Amino acid sequence: MIPELGQFALSLALIAAVVQSILPMLGAARGNTLWMRSSKASAMAQFVLIAIAFAALMRSYIVSDFTVLNVVNNSHSLKPLLFKIAGTWGNHEGSLLLWVLILAAFGAMVAFFGRNIPETLKARTLSVQAWISVGFVSFLLFTSNPFTRVFPPPLNGNDLNPLLQDVGLALHPPLLYVGYVGFSIVFSFAVAALIEGRVDPAWARWVRPWTLAAWTSLSAGIGLGSWWAYYELGWGGWWFWDPVENVSFMPWLLGTALLHSAIVTEKRDTFKSWTILLAILTFSLSLLGTFIVRSGLLTSVHAFAVDPERGLYILGLLGISIGGSLALFAWRAPSMEGGGLFAPVSREAGLLINNLLLATATATVLFGTLYPLFFEAVTGDKISVGPPFFNAGFIPIVLPLLVVMGVGPFLSWKRADIAGVLSRLKFVLALSVISALVVWYLTTGGPVLAVLSMGIAIWVFAATALEWIKRVKLFQTGAMARIRRQPRASHGMTVAHIGVAIIAMGAIGASAWKEDIVTFASPGTKVEIAGFELTFESIERQQGPNYIAQVATLNVTRDGDFVTKLYPERREYPTAGSTTTESSIRQTLAGDLYTSIAEPAAEGAKGQWTLRILYEPLVNFIWIGTVFLVLGGGLSLSDRRLRIGVPRKSKSKAAPVGATPAE
Amino acid sequence: MKRLLFVLPLVVALIIGGFSLWGLSGGRDPSALPSMLISQPVPQLNLEAVEGVDLPGLSTDELTKMKGIKLLNIFASWCAPCRAEHPNLTRLAQEDGLTLVGVNYKDKPEDAAKWLAELGNPYEVIGSDYSGRAGIELGLSGLPETFIIDETGIIRYRLAGPLVGDGLRRFTEALNEVRK
Repeated sequence: MIPELGQFALSLALIAAVVQSILPMLGAARGNTLWMRSSKASAMAQFVLIAIAFAALMRSYIVSDFTVLNVVNNSHSLKPLLFKIAGTWGNHEGSLLLWVLILAAFGAMVAFFGRNIPETLKARTLSVQAWISVGFVSFLLFTSNPFTRVFPPPLNGNDLNPLLQDVGLALHPPLLYVGYVGFSIVFSFAVAALIEGRVDPAWARWVRPWTLAAWTSLSAGIGLGSWWAYYELGWGGWWFWDPVENVSFMPWLLGTALLHSAIVTEKRDTFKSWTILLAILTFSLSLLGTFIVRSGLLTSVHAFAVDPERGLYILGLLGISIGGSLALFAWRAPSMEGGGLFAPVSREAGLLINNLLLATATATVLFGTLYPLFFEAVTGDKISVGPPFFNAGFIPIVLPLLVVMGVGPFLSWKRADIAGVLSRLKFVLALSVISALVVWYLTTGGPVLAVLSMGIAIWVFAATALEWIKRVKLFQTGAMARIRRQPRASHGMTVAHIGVAIIAMGAIGASAWKEDIVTFASPGTKVEIAGFELTFESIERQQGPNYIAQVATLNVTRDGDFVTKLYPERREYPTAGSTTTESSIRQTLAGDLYTSIAEPAAEGAKGQWTLRILYEPLVNFIWIGTVFLVLGGGLSLSDRRLRIGVPRKSKSKAAPVGATPAE
Repeated sequence: MKRLLFVLPLVVALIIGGFSLWGLSGGRDPSALPSMLISQPVPQLNLEAVEGVDLPGLSTDELTKMKGIKLLNIFASWCAPCRAEHPNLTRLAQEDGLTLVGVNYKDKPEDAAKWLAELGNPYEVIGSDYSGRAGIELGLSGLPETFIIDETGIIRYRLAGPLVGDGLRRFTEALNEVRK
């Protein structure tokens, strides 16, 4: 009964979405206020109905209702409750339902909170949002119904893919989806603005909180996914340039560009068509991500739910939404430019460089991700594009970006004084060079690129910190009051930029100075790595709730002194018929000592285990930096200007031009 | 000219869309392992006979001289899927115009002999690759693997994995293709 209720609610949601996609749009065209206002009711109704459907599916998972096919395929009665709940979105149908739930939630939020948005723009935005809804809810209902029943019901389920049974999974997809789907509302705003034919600073300000919310959530989602791959999947790394990772990274890169270009549109009334294009493309890349993950178009370690039939349907949806919006862009955007002029050295120019570099980086990743497909289509041969391509293409773009990032916040709008800025930064420059040399000395002849990159990362960190210190005049009386008086968005910028610097340090450390040993081991084997000595002491069987584990005991010493004991595991899930690796890690700020075991690979190796030991210096900086990114995004989001919709009136006289926050 | 610039994103999107559409078209398996050896002659192998098995060893020269289509199967007694595909392989070997040759990969001769005695020996010749050197030459990714070699000694198809279920179906299709 409950699953049927869920399906019924979902069908009603489709009807609400169809109404919402037509009526407000017509109302806006004819000036009919009543029709425009209907968008609020239909957006709320759509959200509530999809929420009911989602709750119905979640209930089926919690009570292990094995008359529902989806539950049978992805759950098991012995599974811990948290993973039963997480199982709701650990599969194709459920995750798509979560996708449309978030889509509807963003629509409802705009309907509810967007009081200061003009009636016509709001109506059109909600209509465009409903077009996306219609596409995906119908996709769900007609090709991937999560409520399909099975008869006779089996006694138990097939269990969730054990790789997905982790706390990381419970949070990673929802966060990622809030990011992906959050850009949908930005997309809807952009398409609505194109239909309206008007983009102004006010538009940029309405769009900004949604972009920030999506970007912040996407940052957290990607960070968590990387953390999950590193700790749970036992891959011994945090980023693999896998197609599925790339498709989440591209919207992030372009979303970052959008965040910055929208500032220029807001403050200086220029970069208009570019901002619109970024808004469209960012969501298009999110859609592309959904498509690639689900269609099996490219091989990936993430191929959890692959079905080419569904791929065709999604490709159709993509063709209509991306093709349609870009055609609209080509038609309407050329008449929209204009606005403020600026000098070659100015904050606008800095943000332009930022945008160009971020867009180029995105294009590089996109090309590398799709190249195997192009290559196979043209020549018939299969190739894979690995980390060497991405490292060679991506790093040379990111390093200049980081250099500019250190200078950018010092520049003033319209025309900046580059000599003055550089003289303020000379100490930072000196510090960076000295740090780079120290790193060079410490690692004696370490890789040149890594040393240079480390210097640049320290440059970003120090320059950002210095900019903040100068802005709030930290060492003069009344600093606390000044900190409080500054818009939160500008503190958000500082925190997020610091986050980028920290991530860069972590990424450089963990890639350039990583040590990796793979060896056969049996009780008694000793291995040395990065100054540690590991002794494989024993291995024993343990029984878990729905798995059997082989647990190894490793004794770690340094210079003869006891450091810690590590217990890497190999878990076997009999129901799902698969095994997982549970790595055991000694975490410190300086670096992680990472161990994992696997079944012996070769024959004639009875009693032997494959032992993998990694030393990853500074790797935790990556996740610490991500936390800073998220905090910065949140801080900026809580700015009064975005909450109330108007900037705070300055009590004292206007701040000097050089101190205008860029957020 | 400026207008053209605004059309550019649409054009790029359409191109990507076209390629994606092609990528979804039927029968394409993105995880299929291609072999560098397809359309190439069999690499130079000179493998000795397996000790205790009454069959000659395998050399590329001899193999090329054999008439008809040859199936080159790489197996080992320690490989469970090899056991699973053995009945199908035996059936294929009995078909007209097919010669089955084997490479015994990283296996002790006595184990190999015992295995063949137990399951039956469908092979015409078996080369012993105790060192695994031939495995490298053939670009082995796992056991078992089976190659189809045409009349002229050119490799036409490679199946990574056992000749059962879907693998057998694909292999038979490829074999019919070569026979044409």
